[in-house]
Amino acid sequence: MKKLVIMLAVPLLVSFGLLLWIQQLNAAQGFGGDNTLVVYNWGDYIDEDLIGEFEEQSGLKVVYQTFDSNEAMLTKIEQGGTAFDVAVPSDYAISRMIEDDLLLPIDYDKLENVDNIDPRFLDKSFDPGNQYSIPYFWGTVGIVYNPELVDGEITSWNDLWDMPLENDILLADGTREVMGFGLNSLGYSLNTTDKDELIEAEEKLTTLWPNIKAIVGDEIKMLMANREAAVAVVWSGDASEIMYENEELTYVIPEEGTNLWFDNLVIPNTAQNVDGAHEFIDFMLDAEIAARNTDYVGYSTPNEAALEFLDEEVTSDERFYPSREVTQDLEVYENLGKRMNAYYNELYLRFKMQSK
Amino acid sequence: MNQTNQTAKTVYLMTYWIWIALFVIAPLVLVVYYSFFDIEGNLSLENYETFFTSTYLSMTLSSFWYAFLITFFSLLVGYPTAYLLTRTKHKQLWLLLILLPSWINLLLKAYAFLGIFGTYGITNQFLEAIGIGTQQILFTDFSFVFVSVYIFIPFMILPIYNAIEKLPPSLVYASRDLGASNWTTFRRVIFPLTLDGIKSGVQIVFIPALSLFMITRLIAGNRVITLGTAIEQQFLVTQNWGMGSTIAVFLILAMVLVMVVTRDWGAKGAVRR
Repeated sequence: MKKLVIMLAVPLLVSFGLLLWIQQLNAAQGFGGDNTLVVYNWGDYIDEDLIGEFEEQSGLKVVYQTFDSNEAMLTKIEQGGTAFDVAVPSDYAISRMIEDDLLLPIDYDKLENVDNIDPRFLDKSFDPGNQYSIPYFWGTVGIVYNPELVDGEITSWNDLWDMPLENDILLADGTREVMGFGLNSLGYSLNTTDKDELIEAEEKLTTLWPNIKAIVGDEIKMLMANREAAVAVVWSGDASEIMYENEELTYVIPEEGTNLWFDNLVIPNTAQNVDGAHEFIDFMLDAEIAARNTDYVGYSTPNEAALEFLDEEVTSDERFYPSREVTQDLEVYENLGKRMNAYYNELYLRFKMQSK
Repeated sequence: MNQTNQTAKTVYLMTYWIWIALFVIAPLVLVVYYSFFDIEGNLSLENYETFFTSTYLSMTLSSFWYAFLITFFSLLVGYPTAYLLTRTKHKQLWLLLILLPSWINLLLKAYAFLGIFGTYGITNQFLEAIGIGTQQILFTDFSFVFVSVYIFIPFMILPIYNAIEKLPPSLVYASRDLGASNWTTFRRVIFPLTLDGIKSGVQIVFIPALSLFMITRLIAGNRVITLGTAIEQQFLVTQNWGMGSTIAVFLILAMVLVMVVTRDWGAKGAVRR
């Protein structure tokens, strides 16, 4: 019996000791209480030098954590037990978080630099009036291709079907993205809830299989840079990374229209330091800081004032900074509700099953 | 003294039962429980109805087919390897070398194959050099089965190796003395007596192969869709835990079936002996 007590007591004492030690370590580094700020962002989605500068300027200690999908982030925030002060969800995730009361409203009195944002990126359907979110980066879904491996110029979604591209197309593995370009190629809205249109799109996508080489995740960037395929359907952010790796490639926004996406800064209701969160958002909105961050990340910034500090060559590139005329015709994903979302996924799964 | 021993035993058993209840029974019950809720959280049989549509049934069939192929080729390569291993001089060293790759993270190994099998990868450079020319290897059934077999094969070799090791050599000598050829010795003596090892090997390989998911995307480029892929999508993308659980229920049923079938198969072997 004595042995047993010891066996139980030792692990307890050790864990307790470790707990105390961690607390002391944290205190020694200045963590704890009001002077920390927990930022929850996508991997490799900020110039980390800026975090140090923010710490110096604000006197706050930043704890920087990353996630790799909106769903992973949502689950972590939903289940609580976390203390994220700032997070960076995408459009459809934001509307779900608003629906589920997971976000705190933005206090515009605390944001001096908010006027830097180009108004065309504000007041979108996922967050009317931007009560809960401030744009961080934006982009489109389009086609990245290697002109040396393709005969002719790709300009539209239907070119994927019509051009001789047998076994030469890679698709990014995303339900809304793939179903979306199927719908767009038929001239339908990518937010449609009409089941006939959706089934028609799925059937049309199935006829693309002879041209599809594979449907892959993040490795699409490496595969395209290595010339594994001639054409890929990707997010513009990935395209700019691919083109940075391999300069042969180019990106096009298809003429039938496509998705316009946003990653926005939000304050989850798990926030312990709401003032600090506003301070951080305002810091990231500063024109010069946003320009440096954009230079590092390589995505398109919604910060109009920052464009001046960026290379002319970058900001005049219509592929990544399309004009107002182009963006006004693009569609932002709407939250279709759980049931419709499940139906999209069901069709997408059925499409994937038809590969042979 | 006896009294304390008794209490100690009860406490030890308690920890065991708590473990089983928390980490084996509770998750199973939860999976079954969740499978009866539709996406809006209402109690319904909708998920089961959906499962019996052509999409999921053909997915189940193809999962079984690929798991069968993976197990078959693992056995085909694994058995002779295990047999030869018991005949080598430095058994432990060779065994260690075979087990070594399984200590490396699965994802890293899968990523390595992207490079090896790619259009400009080593394999195709070799094929080009010997005059066959570049072939598409990545994103085919071949690459999927090959990489899966590579990943699972240590789990096939190990139980078979142990079974052959345990086989008393005198039985083989006796068989030879009585005039049996090598083939007859293998068929009538070695094989039936190592059936238990094959059985565990098949179970350890077939069951996880049925629910593979990451390799289907990385190596097969979503051209192979297994039940595991569908579960991952239901939980992570659609966030339809009910449907994900329903597929998991059928996966569990399939696993029970495999256990029962392999058990009976072993029993028959014993009778023949």
